[in-house]
Amino acid sequence: MSQERTHTDHILPNKTYLLVAAALLVFTAITVRVSFIDLGGYNAIAAIAIATFKALLVSFFFMHLLYDKKIYLFVFSIGLLFVGVFIALTMFDTLRRADIYDVTAEPIQKDAVIYQENPADSTRADERSGQH
Amino acid sequence: MSEDQASFLNYPRGIKSWLFTLDHKRIGLMYLIAIMFFFFVGGVLAMLIRLELFSPGKTIMEAHTYNQMFTLHGAIMIFLFIIPVIPAALGNFVLPLMLGAKDVAFPRLNLLSFYIYIFGALFALYSIITGAVDTGWTFYTPYSTESTTSVISMTFGVFILGFSSILTGLNFIVTIHKLRAPGLTWFNQPLFIWGLYATAIIQVLATPVLSITLVLLILEKAFGIGIFDPAMGGDPVLYQHFFWFYSHPAVYIMILPGMGIISETITVFSRKKIFGYKAIAFSSLAIAFVSFLVWGHHMFTSGQSEIAAMIFSFLTFLVGIPSGIKIFNWLATLYRGQISFEAPMLYTLSFLFLFTIGGLTGIFLGTLALDVHLHDTYFVVAHFHYVMMGGTVMAFLAGLHYWWPKIFGRLYNETLAKIAALFIFVGFNATFFVQFILGSRGMPRRYYNYLDQFQPLHAFSSVGSWIMAVGFLIMGFYLISSLFNGKRAGKNPWGALGLEWTISSPPPHDNFAVTPQVSHGPYDYDKIAVERD
Repeated sequence: MSQERTHTDHILPNKTYLLVAAALLVFTAITVRVSFIDLGGYNAIAAIAIATFKALLVSFFFMHLLYDKKIYLFVFSIGLLFVGVFIALTMFDTLRRADIYDVTAEPIQKDAVIYQENPADSTRADERSGQH
Repeated sequence: MSEDQASFLNYPRGIKSWLFTLDHKRIGLMYLIAIMFFFFVGGVLAMLIRLELFSPGKTIMEAHTYNQMFTLHGAIMIFLFIIPVIPAALGNFVLPLMLGAKDVAFPRLNLLSFYIYIFGALFALYSIITGAVDTGWTFYTPYSTESTTSVISMTFGVFILGFSSILTGLNFIVTIHKLRAPGLTWFNQPLFIWGLYATAIIQVLATPVLSITLVLLILEKAFGIGIFDPAMGGDPVLYQHFFWFYSHPAVYIMILPGMGIISETITVFSRKKIFGYKAIAFSSLAIAFVSFLVWGHHMFTSGQSEIAAMIFSFLTFLVGIPSGIKIFNWLATLYRGQISFEAPMLYTLSFLFLFTIGGLTGIFLGTLALDVHLHDTYFVVAHFHYVMMGGTVMAFLAGLHYWWPKIFGRLYNETLAKIAALFIFVGFNATFFVQFILGSRGMPRRYYNYLDQFQPLHAFSSVGSWIMAVGFLIMGFYLISSLFNGKRAGKNPWGALGLEWTISSPPPHDNFAVTPQVSHGPYDYDKIAVERD
């Protein structure tokens, strides 16, 4: 099948490149600054969010994803979606793992007959345990 | 004879023309030979495992050797045989033919992925020689970081093999998008292409995660970087998340192209148009999508959180929907068809029986409460062998027999093929059906020794493996002898409609003299009378 070029190469003004580069530097500084603040579990989230935003800037402007055919943007976002799925479902495990020990004992109803021992039963029970 | 000389097998000549070929048919054939070699190795290991398990205690090997045997059987069968076998061997051969193209989109990349496969396989072989791995094919931490066997070279081999898989997937996606013959629309293409397409998406999306996982494992093992070891601040269950995020979708890398083959053979041998074309096509994509959401069902008893286990159990049931859609559509295709029972059809029908059993027992295992009891028992072993061997391998055998005359231009002995199919079907069920019973009675998987009460069923299973082996030996005999004295195949020995059957067998070097024009659907057997040739 013959390839038809449906678009010409997109050229961005230098100003855009310089702005994006500046933004990347600023966000690098923010990453460093934030790492000194104790946000608990949110430190990782903040670092990942900033890094993702920076990666998006690079792919959108330096790699021209924003100006190319939309199918590439679609394919790119599928990749991001599955990274999100991976992290989200894994977090359902790692953040909630302690829940497994949350079972609290319920008091047994007082005077409830749970196991009543009488001579006939105990002989039967002995037979049963003998079989095992 | 003159037609034969122009075939891809004879032109161009010389060993260098094979080693540096860019022809998708030759690359596919080289893949087929390499992969069948590893299938043989993995099969021999399986026979040794079954022989060891014939009686409790030591039968033929020590416990440590046994651990290495089942690890190698799993790792070889998964990474070197079943993942590449249909896409890389059969897919490479027939995809461009089905599309009416001269080759795949990136022929050099295709050759590169073959050599990457060989390179990765050499690493795996090296690890066998230097002290075979004994971790199980899943390389679970913390044992894999402590085992003194050659875990690093084996996982590095698997890491390399992953690149081969990614490049093949990428190549197929571009080929399917760009190299379609005029008139071959998305809903006019054979369903095998849909299967390969869905497979390729998973290969490209999921395989990098396996590569990262294995690199992290190697980093921890070689440099003591704490990722999975709790003593160093790591999390061993995290390894399982990483591993299964790839390896569960990988199950669908194995089965989806097989399902594509079934759609081809079931129509040809029942002379019927496929029932529910779009439903089958979209269910392939649905399986590919859902496959990424269910990995946690491998971890119900590994200590993951209750809420995660419940979510994964629920999501796992979703897989049943597109799989069921496919099975019912194939059954509806058979209905009132003119069914003929040549070897490819026998394997196709075997697939329908066995994959259904494998799929339904998967529902058992996806059920959270039941899985707690069945986890890590022979029930699981039986389940995945019904899906992988009863599903993928049967589909592969259907495809191999279906396209054999096209690939080599020779017909095999049909009677022997039917006998072999019978041996394999009976042997398979004898081997694995009893394992459901063993597992439900509490026989744990991967154990070297077992209680006396399991002995009769284990022995039955081992005898079943011998029956199956006889079937494969017969198959090896008639397939190889067909190359030397098989009857010459015409263009279209099955009377099939696909584009690959419009050119000579074996196909010429350039596939099509002129680019074909597609004017009918791939399964229009109700409209077009195709003669067998």
